[in-house]
Amino acid sequence: MSVSELVNGVLSGKRRELARLISLIENEDPEAAEVLSRLYKNTGKAHVIGITGPPGSGKSSLVTKLTAELRKRNKTIGVVCVDPSSPFTGGALLGDRIRMQEHTLDKDVYVRSMGTRGHLGGLARATSDAVRAIDAFGKDIIFVETVGAGQAEVEIIEIAQTIIVTDVPGSGDDIQAIKAGIMEIADIFVVNKKDLPGADRKVTEINAMLDIDPIERAWRPPVLLTNGRTGEGVLEVIEKIQAHLQFLKESGLLEQKGLQRSRDELHDLMRYKLTRELYQKLEGRPEYEAAIKKIAARKEDPYTVAERLIAEFLFSESR
Amino acid sequence: MKDSSKLRGLVNKWEDEAVATTVKRFPEREKKFETISGLPVNRLYTPLDLEELDYEKDLGFPGQYPFTRGVQPTGYRGRFWTMRQYSGFATARETNERFHFLLEQGQTGLSIAFDLPTQIGYDSDDVLAQGEVGKVGVAIDSLSDMEVLFEGIPLDKVSTSMTINAPASVLLAMYIAVAVKQGVSMDRLRGTIQNDILKEYVARGTYIFPPKPSMRLITDIFKFCSEKMPLWNTISISGYHIREAGSTAVQEVAFTLADGIAYVQAAIDAGLDVDDFASRLSFFFGSHSDFLEEICKFRAARRLWARIMRERFKAKNDDSCRMRFHTQTAGCTLTAQQPDNNVVRVTLQALQAVLGGTQSLHTNSRDEALSLPTEQSVQIALRTQQIIAHESGVGDTIDPLAGSYYIEALTNKIEESAVAYIEKIDAMGGAPTSIENGFIQREISEAAYQFQKSVDESRRVVVGVNKFTVEEESKFDYLRVNPKAEKEQVKELKKVRLARDEEKVKKTLDHLHTVAKSDENLMPPIIDAVKVYATLGEICGILRDVFGEYKAPDIL
Amino acid sequence: MSSSKKIRVLVAKPGLDGHDRGAKIVARALRDAGMEVIYTGLRQTPEMIVRAALDEGVHCIGLSILSGAHNALFPRVMELLKEEGIDDVLVVGGGIIPEDDIPELKKAGIAAIFGPGTPLDEIIEYIKANVKL
Ligand code: B12
Ligand SMILES: Nc1nc2c(ncn2[C@@H]2O[C@H](COP(=O)(O)OP(=O)(O)OP(=O)(O)O)[C@@H](O)[C@H]2O)c(=O)[nH]1
Ligand SMILES: [Mg+2]
Repeated sequence: MSVSELVNGVLSGKRRELARLISLIENEDPEAAEVLSRLYKNTGKAHVIGITGPPGSGKSSLVTKLTAELRKRNKTIGVVCVDPSSPFTGGALLGDRIRMQEHTLDKDVYVRSMGTRGHLGGLARATSDAVRAIDAFGKDIIFVETVGAGQAEVEIIEIAQTIIVTDVPGSGDDIQAIKAGIMEIADIFVVNKKDLPGADRKVTEINAMLDIDPIERAWRPPVLLTNGRTGEGVLEVIEKIQAHLQFLKESGLLEQKGLQRSRDELHDLMRYKLTRELYQKLEGRPEYEAAIKKIAARKEDPYTVAERLIAEFLFSESR
Repeated sequence: MKDSSKLRGLVNKWEDEAVATTVKRFPEREKKFETISGLPVNRLYTPLDLEELDYEKDLGFPGQYPFTRGVQPTGYRGRFWTMRQYSGFATARETNERFHFLLEQGQTGLSIAFDLPTQIGYDSDDVLAQGEVGKVGVAIDSLSDMEVLFEGIPLDKVSTSMTINAPASVLLAMYIAVAVKQGVSMDRLRGTIQNDILKEYVARGTYIFPPKPSMRLITDIFKFCSEKMPLWNTISISGYHIREAGSTAVQEVAFTLADGIAYVQAAIDAGLDVDDFASRLSFFFGSHSDFLEEICKFRAARRLWARIMRERFKAKNDDSCRMRFHTQTAGCTLTAQQPDNNVVRVTLQALQAVLGGTQSLHTNSRDEALSLPTEQSVQIALRTQQIIAHESGVGDTIDPLAGSYYIEALTNKIEESAVAYIEKIDAMGGAPTSIENGFIQREISEAAYQFQKSVDESRRVVVGVNKFTVEEESKFDYLRVNPKAEKEQVKELKKVRLARDEEKVKKTLDHLHTVAKSDENLMPPIIDAVKVYATLGEICGILRDVFGEYKAPDIL
Repeated sequence: MSSSKKIRVLVAKPGLDGHDRGAKIVARALRDAGMEVIYTGLRQTPEMIVRAALDEGVHCIGLSILSGAHNALFPRVMELLKEEGIDDVLVVGGGIIPEDDIPELKKAGIAAIFGPGTPLDEIIEYIKANVKL
């Protein structure tokens, strides 16, 4: 498919073109950047909702139930779910989709699974651009489910306007996880599996933690109870999602977040491109290999060499 | 004490001298020997391995607690096990013919295989049934099919096992209705419904409803039968499917008994007295390829269940502690390559089951990995049992391998390891919870994958598959299920719908709907509905409406 | 620096068949061979399978049936793929598929059928050699 076929396909709502574009993004195909740059003006409309929390806490189930409810309100939905890739083989079992079966045949729902492919922080490198592609495709609301491996999965904050953090009753351990960084990014806490014992206590614990949290908040994250199997409590979650978006708009935070995001993105992109450019120029060149040997033999120091190589290769016109 | 230290000295001497010199010259085949389930196998077992064994407490006598040596005081000296070949395909008419054939060949019980739409509660004309009708079992839509299925088969004489789970009540109701038409009252019916939903969630896949209403359907059957069908086995708590899905022997015992515990608890919670229903529980195991391990497995399972019933559930009646079980040889050990070799595998596995004291037995056919069995193949399979029974002499004394150092040591080991699993499951909150959170499924999947890898890497030999292969497989004339069966069945169903009294159907279904919403017993309204030819799909449809459908966690 | 292309595979269980031992093993083996694998779970209609394959941008669909419904369901999957204009996805099948049925299935567009006893490596190699990335 050519670049314009992809651009037109995505803009006219063709799933196959969207799927192809996301594959190109995942494969870091240069064509993807071209398509994305042409789609860029058509993005920024979707409400992106991150959903993060411990493995098995019901993230996918909740997304399914939220989707069902939002579909009743005629919202179109995109979902990106991220699962870990094996650091040894690079393979991955992408299992979130199984929970989303009930929407498989709904043409207004698009679900895409991705492996992290070595990227840390709870998302794949491609997630952000994939979300953008789905945004251009025209979905009103896009859920992004993070890996859920339990580490600090804070990268989601860069792409989502609203972040839901899920937890389940029981084990005090995940409170620790929450303390370790997730606490700050949550806009809505959901204690899922309310049918299990200890759900109310969990709510109390999280609220208590929010009470002693030193950060000043204009938005106090609500703590809600849900059942990811039956959908109980999902209406309240939707209410809070909408309220949060409203809050972002009214407080000017939405605009602020947008600016910050553009700044970060430009910065990241430049850094990434520069490094890659540099590498491509240097890799395999005899001077480069020679310099490495000299550094290892303590004949030269890496600080000076780095400065010199950057100056020589990056800013020279020739290769 | 003194004796054992002397023996220990002798054993050590033998190891250090005789064994050591031999091993030096002729190394053993493996560094480490293990059963197929991964339990360690020593070079030699001696009385030292059984020092803790207490004959009375751990073995006892046949027909007595803890039933290690079998559930019948006379073993097979009174009567052989029931020879029961699982069969069913295409329409009721064709399956009825196969039943007659099997009975003529000397089979002593019937075992019905239903097609998948029937097992999942869809009529043959449902869109979801397309392409599946009659393919892997017989299609039953209404009482009319059931009447044809048992034509010429006296239900007071034969015992019938039905592999039916989610819609077990419906098929049981149909069976009762056919019997009544034959003039046989339900209190005289003998047979089994599988009715074991927990293993459907983990290993077999024909679930319909979520766990809670499913458990209610099961306990309703327990109640109904405890009052009206004293000879009926209300459930067949099955390890077979767990094993076939890839578990080890220990897991098979542990997960099956954990399921059993959940059913007993559910019945008690539903207000039944343990001694009122427990004697009608039955079990179902596989007979896999590790000859001695399997024999020990059967013995261990029996003893462990007896102990669980007595110690955990305080059953007073010995009959409540008596584990009776059906066995099927392990389909997953049978190969598509050189199918005649399967006859040998099945012979060994059948022998294991008999030495392990099974109450009934299905022997798989040599074409297991190709298709449903041809008449000829199923005949050989049945003959295999008959040869073991009538020619080998193994049934003439009871539990003949008892007292073997290895058999008793391994029986202990399996029981012990299963107990450890059950404790883990208990700690999670019991079988239903450990199924819901995927623990059991993951354990099985992992074992299945490891097994497959051991075959792929030739660490385990499968004759004809990764060793002793032939260049060209000879052609095998496998069974082709009548391709017109689906059409014919749909046509029959249409006729039934036209001929019946719609008014009555509607009335009974409405009533069923009401009862389903209450907590009254579901059996009576289901019987009423099948009698007026309401279809299986209609009845399950009502229950689907009220109960909802189960969504599997599908754990990889 | 750029990560290499990954083979994405959808392992699907069409129809009412509950035999999932083989499908799950194959899914894991493909994962261990470095592929990204999406497993659908049981009881999928051909429509669901094709939609999932489409959305997920997979290179290969692996269908597993042991319950004899392959003659109805496999060709239906192929038909739907065609309707969606998908012609670059490798479709393979496995399970209990009688020899007599294989020619028709191949004609319908199933590239290969793997029966009982197939070593996992053979499946992996076949997919690696035949997918269009
Ligand atoms: C294990 C088994 C079961 C287990 C299943 C456990 C589970 N969770 O999977 C249990 C006991 C539950 C079971 C039940 C039934 N079974 Co069964 N079962 C078998 C058995 C013995 C082995 C299958 C197996 O798992 N083998 C091991 C795995 C690793 O091999 P495999 O699945 O063949 O996979 C290999 C290849 O086929 C291929 N492959 C498979 N899938 C895929 C997918 C892809 C993408 C690729 C590339 C390759 C591939 O690669 C794999 C590796 O080599 C077969 C007979 C046999 N020996 O094959 C009968 C068999 C499949 N069952 C059969 C039947 C009839 C049933 C029932 C329908 C009976 C009934 N009426 O109730 C039930 C119902 C099951 C249901 N819900 O659908 C019949 C089917 C007949 C037919 N098709 O004509 C068979 C052939 C037995 C027979 N001859 O009667 N069964
Ligand atoms: N009891 C109970 N189980 C639930 C509830 N919500 C989800 N589950 C179950 O919990 C399990 C995990 O749910 P998922 O939705 O897959 O959880 P997840 O957080 O997406 O999991 P990963 O993506 O693997 O991290 C499934 O078996 C769900 O059916 C609930 O409210 N109560
Ligand atoms: Mg998930």
